[in-house]
Amino acid sequence: MALIRKKKSKETPPVSTASLPDIVFMLLFFFMVTTTMREVTLLVRLKKPKATEMQKLDRKDLTTYIYMGSPKNPETYGSEPRIQLDDQLGNIGDIQSFVILKREEINEAERPKFTVSIKADIDVKMGLISDLKQELRKAQALKISYSTNPAASPEELYKTY
Amino acid sequence: MGRKKRSTPEINAGSMADIAFLLLIFFLVTTTMDVDKGLMVKLAPWTDEPPPEDNKIKEKNIFVVLVNSNDQLLVEDDYLSIDQLRGSAKDFINNNGDGTCAECNGLRSPVSSDNPQKAIISLQNDRGTSYQMFVKVRNEILGAYSELRNELSERKYGRSFPTLNEEDRSVIVGIYPQFISEAEPVSVGE
Repeated sequence: MALIRKKKSKETPPVSTASLPDIVFMLLFFFMVTTTMREVTLLVRLKKPKATEMQKLDRKDLTTYIYMGSPKNPETYGSEPRIQLDDQLGNIGDIQSFVILKREEINEAERPKFTVSIKADIDVKMGLISDLKQELRKAQALKISYSTNPAASPEELYKTY
Repeated sequence: MGRKKRSTPEINAGSMADIAFLLLIFFLVTTTMDVDKGLMVKLAPWTDEPPPEDNKIKEKNIFVVLVNSNDQLLVEDDYLSIDQLRGSAKDFINNNGDGTCAECNGLRSPVSSDNPQKAIISLQNDRGTSYQMFVKVRNEILGAYSELRNELSERKYGRSFPTLNEEDRSVIVGIYPQFISEAEPVSVGE
């Protein structure tokens, strides 16, 4: 078989780099959007109750979150509802020192606005919540917020009952 | 043999920017900033002493809401369902038994509250009450207050309560202040 090689001047056209900035921007935006400011990883199951009469908590830096619910891995932590303080499960006795520590981080002028947001699961019993409230009262953290999801109308709340 | 110059046409990159913007807008729309909303509550300061025995609050000025461990409501010794609570609480707050509240249009029943300044709603739950039920009840009580404030605001200023300015708002809040007490839970069944 005779090989006839034609001398082709078929050089590959240069890859257009005009879209490169777009791709870079795209990636940048993607990471900007998906990156969240350091937030805790939930160790408890959390399905917040719904309500209609809520107020917005607009100062995140003045708010401390306390999570409550059944642990996600019951093998390690049991199935009873627990309290999560920052990244670990705590006991009712840890709350006072936790709240006081959090309040110390805020500058003095804004300390009266310090709010504790209770993010509790709908299946938590009020016994645990009441214990938490007592501890908060002892720690002088009197502004609290029961964190809820918005409901479309009050009727939606009656239906599920 | 004719030599044909076959150069591949350059890929049109003009639409690349559009695609990038499309993606950007998609992510902008789908990402929700986690705004925390909740029912704001002010707790009473902690005291070691038991509350004074001689409570001067008349019984008719207290609206007692009890929730048991089966999430059932007992309001002023009546069984109510959750959708009746709001109206019942509104009637109580707005009752104006002694006629001192000029703006109220309540029923003026002698067995219900004297005026909104004296009306206290006492919410007591069991340790076994579910948090969901508690939030619902709490929500209905807050809803009763906000409906009353809204109605008064419409009558007085012709606008809804949230749209009022600071000054008018404090007038309304002065007429309908919120007195909600969350009593210590009793432990019947957990």
